[in-house]
Amino acid sequence: MDLSVLNPVQIMVALIIASTPVLFAALGELVVEKSGVLNLGVEGMMIVGAIGGFATGAATGSLWLAVLAGAGAGALLALLFAVMTQYLMSNQVATGLALTLFGLGVAALAGQNFAGVTLDVAVRLDVPGLTDLPVVGSLLFGHDPLIYLSIFMTIAVWWFLNRSRAGLNLRAIGENHDAAHAIGYSVRLTRVAAILFGGAMAGVGGAYLSVIATPLWVEGMTAGRGWIALAIVVFAAWKPGRALLGAYLFGGVTIIQLNLQALGVPIESQYLSMTPYLATIVVLVVISADKARARLNAPACLGKPFYASS
Amino acid sequence: MFEIAPRKEPSRLMVWLTPALAVGLTLLAGMALFAALGKDPVETIRVIFVQPFLDPFSRTELLVKGAPLVLIAIGLAIGFRAGVWNIGAEGQFVIGAIAGGGVALAFYDTSGFWLLPLMTLAGALGGAAWAMIPAFLKIKFNANEILVSLMLVYVAIFWLSALVSGPLRDPDGFNFPESRIFHDSATLPIIIDGSRAHIGVLVALGAVVAAYVLMERHIFGYQVKLFGQAPRAASFGGFSRNMLIAACLGLSGALAGVAGTFEAAGPVGQLVPALPVGYGFTAIIVAFLGRLHPIGILFSGSVMALTYIGGEAAQIAMNLPAAAINVFQGMLLFFLLGMDLLVNYRVGWKQRAA
Repeated sequence: MDLSVLNPVQIMVALIIASTPVLFAALGELVVEKSGVLNLGVEGMMIVGAIGGFATGAATGSLWLAVLAGAGAGALLALLFAVMTQYLMSNQVATGLALTLFGLGVAALAGQNFAGVTLDVAVRLDVPGLTDLPVVGSLLFGHDPLIYLSIFMTIAVWWFLNRSRAGLNLRAIGENHDAAHAIGYSVRLTRVAAILFGGAMAGVGGAYLSVIATPLWVEGMTAGRGWIALAIVVFAAWKPGRALLGAYLFGGVTIIQLNLQALGVPIESQYLSMTPYLATIVVLVVISADKARARLNAPACLGKPFYASS
Repeated sequence: MFEIAPRKEPSRLMVWLTPALAVGLTLLAGMALFAALGKDPVETIRVIFVQPFLDPFSRTELLVKGAPLVLIAIGLAIGFRAGVWNIGAEGQFVIGAIAGGGVALAFYDTSGFWLLPLMTLAGALGGAAWAMIPAFLKIKFNANEILVSLMLVYVAIFWLSALVSGPLRDPDGFNFPESRIFHDSATLPIIIDGSRAHIGVLVALGAVVAAYVLMERHIFGYQVKLFGQAPRAASFGGFSRNMLIAACLGLSGALAGVAGTFEAAGPVGQLVPALPVGYGFTAIIVAFLGRLHPIGILFSGSVMALTYIGGEAAQIAMNLPAAAINVFQGMLLFFLLGMDLLVNYRVGWKQRAA
């Protein structure tokens, strides 16, 4: 095996690109779950974001319009979930599953004319002088702007949840919606807003995947990343910084197995392709094993319906 | 404005009326969808929902599609009732096909009446074993069964693909990633001449009856319902939560595994990477639409099979995109879940404050 073909900086950059879609989706879902809502439709919102972004990118050639369209498509699907669970009082687990099945169907329908279309809208943020620095330069500079946005959003979500008044309200609603309602917080509106944010973030993650990371439209291209984002939220114990770590861990496993495939390791590629999913299971098991801590971290009202009697 | 008030007990009338209403609303929304796709809405609905009954071969194809959906949904519904969310039936279906198909290929040189029962048993055990992974991790490590069972779907599909391009590949198959075609005594007997309707249809009907007895007449069904509605009461009553998780996942895994074996030994006749076509996920819709009740599932499975067969007919006759049917099925689940409001709440006009 010739290891010299591996370039550590390139691998690191590939890792970040593989992680970013999952990071966006996980950050969104983290806020949703902090408000006490469990939306299992992340996969569906991601894939409509992927096709929404790709179609818009193909039509306009603009990266930012594509990302906005991805966010809009994700949020639109999330709106359906919000109305169903918050106003029609439907079961969150079942509705989330429905969202995923429906989203996969809608995306396949919308994307049937986009298979094989290529896209080149990616822009790189080059900083003259700095990008040319060895190692550090190519590691920190010269990437697409969404990578920086994902890091910024990690910090922003942390700041929102831990340092802002609105974030405190949102967490209070997630911990005890009856008490929060009693002191006058609007449980439903806050949750609807959180669900829409989660949908938009999942949509951006999907758009990143189809517009920048691949950049191609393939039916079912999210391939379980939405579900992995849900697992990362559990792994992260609902903390944004650890969601970043979890997403990069997932990206690391993905990139290692892709590189092993490229190096021609003598096992069938399918066994390597399994590893991100197996790693997700292992991580879930390790993190959930400490039952007391898992209970302490999870929002107390997660997944419970809220009915205001007055 | 509307006003809703919780009912003391779910409305029995609404429990069975809402699925019919949901189907009706989905037909209307589906017509809007088909019109948006530039198809004649009335004609499309006619092709999907009436055409399959007019042609004898299509009628039997309904049985071919309905059998796996009903088999899988029956098992899922028992778990859903207990609050055990097995979302990975698609993976258990694949492992069942690998196990059952593996037996067929292992005995490629022999034949006998015992081969099909052995394959079915292997499929059931394979599916159950695959489902025991999330059950074990849930019981022992508290890992979420939804996420674990779903991750295992991808693992199972990759595994099938690896096996048929490796050890199970047809030695005379010009390197195509496919197994040998099963010989006659490893292929399911056909119950209607000139069709693909196989004996698995009768097994699915038997499963409906067995599940009905289990859920309505046996203490196990009582435990399942009790855990679903009042987990603490069930624990105080001395029922073991861990046993129930294992039983629900194992049972649904076994049924999905049998469905997988039947798919491989029935309409497909060999192991191919494209064996899983989403029955495991569609069965989730079937289970909910059938109100998690065995008899209801028999009806909802038939409706869902109709959308598959009619959808194929509409693809050929009207050039309707294949994905339109998936959207249609997703809408059906949404309308049903939305209408659950009528089951659990009273809806009326807001009264003026007196």
